[in-house]
This record gives sequence, C-alpha cells and structure tokens, in this order.
Amino acid sequence: MTANELIALALTIVFGALVSGSPLLFATVGEIFSERAGVMNLGIEGMMLVGAMSGFAVWFKTGDVLLGLIAGMAFGALLALLHALITITLRADQVVSGLAVTFLGSGLSSILGQPYVGQRTPQPTPIVLPIIEQVAAQQLALIIFGLIFAPLAWFYLHRTRPGLNLRSVGEYPSAADSLGINVYRTRYLYVIFGGAMSGLGGAAMSLITDPGWVDGKTSGLGWIAVALVIFAAWDPMRGVWVSYFFGLLRRLPLDLQNPALPLISTANNPSLGRLMDMLPYLATIFILILGSREAMRKRLGSPAALGIPYVRGERGL
Amino acid sequence: MSATKRMFTIIAVLTIVSMIVTACATATPAPATQAPVAPAQPTATTAPAQPAATAAPPALTIPDIQQGKFNVAVVLVGFHADGGWSQAHTEAAQWLTTQDPTIAVAYLDTVNPGPDAESAMRQLARKGFDLIIGTTFEYGPTMDTLSQEFPKVNWLHVSGYRNNSTNYGDLFGSMEQMKYLAGMVGGARAKADGNTKLGYVAPWPLPEVIRLGNAFMLGVKQTCPECTMEVRWINTWYDPDKEKQAAQSLLDAGVDIVLVGSDTPGPLTAAANAGKWAFTYDYINSCQPASAKCLGTPYWNWGPAYLDIIKQIRAGTWKPKFDFRDAAAGIVGFYGFMPGQTPQPGVPKDVIPQVQAKLADMLAGKFTDQDIFKGPLKDNTGKIIIPDGKTLTVEDLFGIDAATIKSSNLTGYTPCTYCMNWLVDGIQGTIPAMSSQ
Repeated sequence: MTANELIALALTIVFGALVSGSPLLFATVGEIFSERAGVMNLGIEGMMLVGAMSGFAVWFKTGDVLLGLIAGMAFGALLALLHALITITLRADQVVSGLAVTFLGSGLSSILGQPYVGQRTPQPTPIVLPIIEQVAAQQLALIIFGLIFAPLAWFYLHRTRPGLNLRSVGEYPSAADSLGINVYRTRYLYVIFGGAMSGLGGAAMSLITDPGWVDGKTSGLGWIAVALVIFAAWDPMRGVWVSYFFGLLRRLPLDLQNPALPLISTANNPSLGRLMDMLPYLATIFILILGSREAMRKRLGSPAALGIPYVRGERGL
Repeated sequence: MSATKRMFTIIAVLTIVSMIVTACATATPAPATQAPVAPAQPTATTAPAQPAATAAPPALTIPDIQQGKFNVAVVLVGFHADGGWSQAHTEAAQWLTTQDPTIAVAYLDTVNPGPDAESAMRQLARKGFDLIIGTTFEYGPTMDTLSQEFPKVNWLHVSGYRNNSTNYGDLFGSMEQMKYLAGMVGGARAKADGNTKLGYVAPWPLPEVIRLGNAFMLGVKQTCPECTMEVRWINTWYDPDKEKQAAQSLLDAGVDIVLVGSDTPGPLTAAANAGKWAFTYDYINSCQPASAKCLGTPYWNWGPAYLDIIKQIRAGTWKPKFDFRDAAAGIVGFYGFMPGQTPQPGVPKDVIPQVQAKLADMLAGKFTDQDIFKGPLKDNTGKIIIPDGKTLTVEDLFGIDAATIKSSNLTGYTPCTYCMNWLVDGIQGTIPAMSSQ
C-alpha cells in the first residue's frame, strides 16, 4: 500500500467516523440539555428506535427524507413527553421511568416497524470530494449540521439567559423558582428537546447513515449516548469530540483487519473489538469513580439537582 | 401527601414494563389462510417483504394447541419479520399449513437461548405440541434436556448436531453449494468490473461461517482465478450497525463486491449507496432494499424439509439423526437462478449458463459439497490442507473434533481429520481465536 493510498484510507475512515458519530452527537447533546435541567433520561435508546422507525416510515410513505427526519424528531419528542409527565408532574423515579420508556420504545418500534423491514431505502446523492472521492451528499450535510449545531448548543447553554435559566433549574431549582423561573415548564421543555434530538439521531441512522429499518436498528447506541454525557462532562462541545471518537471506535477494530495493514495478527484478536465496544462504559465507570469525590464532581460539572424531582414549597433543592 | 400518587406512578410504570416485556415474546398462531411466498416454488420476484400482519393476541406467551391437528411450534431466536434467518423459518412454517390443513403452526418470537428458551419450550411441551422446532445452535443443551424429559414430544433442532435415536433430531442444509454458485457470479462480476477484490462480512469464527466463506471463494476461483477476498469478523449474527460498518470498512478498503454472512441487509444498502455490489443471505426476498445492486441471495427453504419430517413422524417412521440435506433435497436456493426466477440485473450475461449448468448438477445430486471441498486443496498459507483424492466428511465440514465430541457428549461421530478451521487460498486474513463456544 502506497503512502497516498494510506492517506486516502485514513481519510475515508475519519469520514466514516464522523458519519457514524453524528447520530450519537445529536442524542448526546439532547441528553446533556435534559440532564442540565435536572432530569436524567435513560429512555434515549427507546426514543432513538422510535425516531428511526417513524422517520423511515414517513420517508417510505412520502419519499421525503427531510419530512422523515422531522417525523423522527416529533415521535422522539412524544416519547420524551411521556417521560417528562411521569418524572416531572408525577415525580416518579427518573431511572425507572427511563428504563420503562426504553422498553416501550423498542417494543413499539418493533411492532409498528414490522412492515418496513427489508424494504427499499432512500437513495443517497453521490458527490465527489478530493482524495476520498465519492461520498453521499446527505452524509456530508449531516456532518456539517452536527458541526454547526454543537457550538450553537454550547453558546445557548453558556452564554444566553435561557441557557442560564436552564442550568440554574438543574443546579438549584428552588432558588431558580424564587427568581420567577418556571421549573416545571423549563424541565418539560428540555426533556422534550432531548427526546427530539434522540429521535433525530435515530431517524438520521435509518435515513442517512445506514439507510433502512430493521428491528433493533440502533444497536444500543442510545446507551452509549447516555454514557457519553458523563464522559463529556455535560458539555456540548466536549460531546462533539467524544461522539466522533466513539464513532471512530466502532469502525476501527474492523478497519484494522485490512490485510494491507501490518497489524493483522493483533487486530484479529476478537477481544480487541469487544474491548473497544466496552470502552464507553469503562470510561463512564472511570468518570463515576472520579466523580465519587464531591470536589471532583463539582469540577466535572454534574448538575446538583440531577435525578431529584422538584416539589414546589418543599425543603431541599 | 404525594405518597399515594407516587405509589400509583410506580405501579403504572411497572405495569407498562411488564406489558412491553410480555409483548416482546408474543406468540402468534399462524393463520391457515395466510399465503406467504411459497418456499417450494419461489416465484414472485417483486413479492413485497410483507410479514405476517396478524393481530397478535397480547399477554399470553404460550399458544394453545388446536385439537385434532398436528401441532408444530417453531421457536425463533430472532424477530419473526427480521428479513433474514427467522423470517425464512416463519414463512416455511406458514407454508406448511397451506400444504396440509391438518397441520397447525405457532411460533414464538425472540426467545433467548438458555433459561428463557427452556421455560418456553417446556411450556410448549406441556401444552401438548407434537413437534417443537428450535432454530438456533444455542438451543442445543436445552433441547438435550427436554427431549429426555418429554419423550412423547418430537424435537427438531436446526443448525446443531446433537440428537438421540427416538425423538430428537437435527436438521441442516448444505448452504455451501449456494455460496459456491454466488462465488461464481461474484468472480464473473469482479472480472467484468476489473477489480479483483471481494469482501466477506463474517459473523463468528465458527466452522459454519468459515465453510461458507471458503465455498464462496472456491466458486469465485472458477470464474476469476486471480481474485482475492478480505474478511471482517464482527463477532455477532445480528447487529445492524456493526454489519453495516463492516461492509463500509470493506468498501473503503477497495472492495467492490460484499458477501453478507450475517442477518440483516444493511451491508447491501451500504454497498449500493457506494455504487458497489453485494450478496445477501438467508431470506428469499432479502435483495429487496437495493435490488439493482444485489447480485443474488443464497437462501434457506425449510418448508419441504419440515413437511417431509412431519410426514415421517405422523407415519411413525421418523428415525431422528443429523439430517444434513443438500440442494437436491430442496433445502437451499440461490435467488435469481431457481426455477421460475430470473437472474438479478447485475449478473454478467456470460456467466449465467455456467451457473445454471452447475446448479442443474447440484439439483441432480451430481455436484455436492464433496465436490466443492475436494483435494488437492490449498489453504491461504500455501499448505495443502486436503490431499489429492480426499473429500470431507460431515465431521470435517462441521469441525466436530475430539474435544467437541467429549465436551458435548456426542455419540455416533468420529473426530474430524480436515477440521474446518482453515481459509482457502485466495482469502486474505486469519481466523481469530474463538474465546468460548
């Protein structure tokens, strides 16, 4: 393999990582907003599945990819509304509700998605880039959208008044309440936003990154997104890097099996692939251990009121 | 104050969870009126992959038997409309009821091997099913136990090799024949395109997966002796994202034709989107997502084998064994070339008669897997792996070695000599060590 070929291959792999990291990025940033407002949402996987299924279904009926993405967002948001209702209004345990929503989402997508398994898929528009040659225009658009979206999300969170309100609701809801911020409404808003972004991530998978619907389409990426939120320390910009990094990790063990590379014997160790699959979780455990120290957790940026239902007029956070 | 409300919420959530969990393993009796794609005469090229849209009766997981009929239960490891392995079994089961109205069929979806499968199968046996079909290798130990516990029930294990002589048999087919035909098509396509690199999305480093990849490569060599094949081991049968990533990895490495060994058509869409080719697997209609770029499908046709075994059971003549059927018995097909089908548009015209002739030999029983794996055969390190004049036994094909015989407590097998743990000449790569199986 010549140097030029090697560069082309490396760039193609990077492009692939950006593509497969994009759905992760949307879900991760959505979850960051939800958790920053104080609501943990473990239903990401379910919302991604519902988004992927409904997005594909709408595309299938209308032939419009954009409409499919919007539908994916809408149905993800709808499922998030359920989670918000259970955890914010009814004040149930956020972990239990999140798990239930994941089950609900995967069950619904499985049953309702049945007619769409193995059907024709959206056709990408090929364009030619230097060195890496042919790529799909839609995938490029997805990457660009992600790269614009994440800094905007960061700016919103850290440099605007609604962002400040959002963070204060997640840190000290009773204080925010006393300043006239509607805690319930704020939390509803961002839980639903998180669901919509997860739905978008799912729909992006079934329409753009890996067109087509099959049962269990997201292969557990929703869980990785949950882990990445902690790994990104609740920061949308760091969310970009970790999402793309884990997008790369999903590809790399396979690419290392390329016989043209000299690493074949190492790469063919199946434990390597499994280890890489485990990495997001291992990293999360590592972060959690670090975060078990109060001072360290503050530095990491975990919202203080995360997971605690807010009851107006009661003592505590 | 809010204690009752909270209690209510928790109960509500738990109810939802339990409902969903039970719904995931819903039993759906196949309606006799359903007319799926008849597996025996796979006709329609554009038959939509419309799965059995039956109104699933909720809650009850174990279906009832129908009195006065021969009741068959099919236990599926995957989703019944997965567009692959499990759907091929489901449609075969539904086809049975169209062939013989005195057969009643029910299936169980997404049953995990291990305790789940044991519980489900035990309940089926207690309900009085006459034949219980388990459709994954991993059900083996469970079916070993239950076939002894329920001697009056007949047990059929697909893709395993454990059995007894009374009520527990195995069934499998020589898919390698169809992969060989696919290889002939792939080699011709590669030659026509001027790119001699092919790729294999390989699920697990198991003898079955290795055998099918080897057979494909040997087929490729028939039409393109200079062609080579790369492998991506993904260590899973069903992982939509990883399967597609593996295909993408192959395509990015310069491969133009992808052979899918796993269960979803994701690699096909990845290939089609890059303007490249793929062969799908398992299910007759799996070319559907991107038919123009699909060169064909080696698929399973379980219906006739099921029907044959059921007839033997009802006549009292069934001798359970490792029932390994070949193309002549109609258990496998290669989409595009079977009677009534037309080759996919991407198949080079000049190779069609050659493939048709080879298929005719296979259907007549004149070209079996003994002819595919025939010495002298070299592995990809240049070593002669099968000496001149030698052919492979069933134990060789399935890699049943002394250790397997001992650990699985098998009887009636002799340890393999040329165990299927090598890659034939032309495949670039090595077989990773299997950590456990």
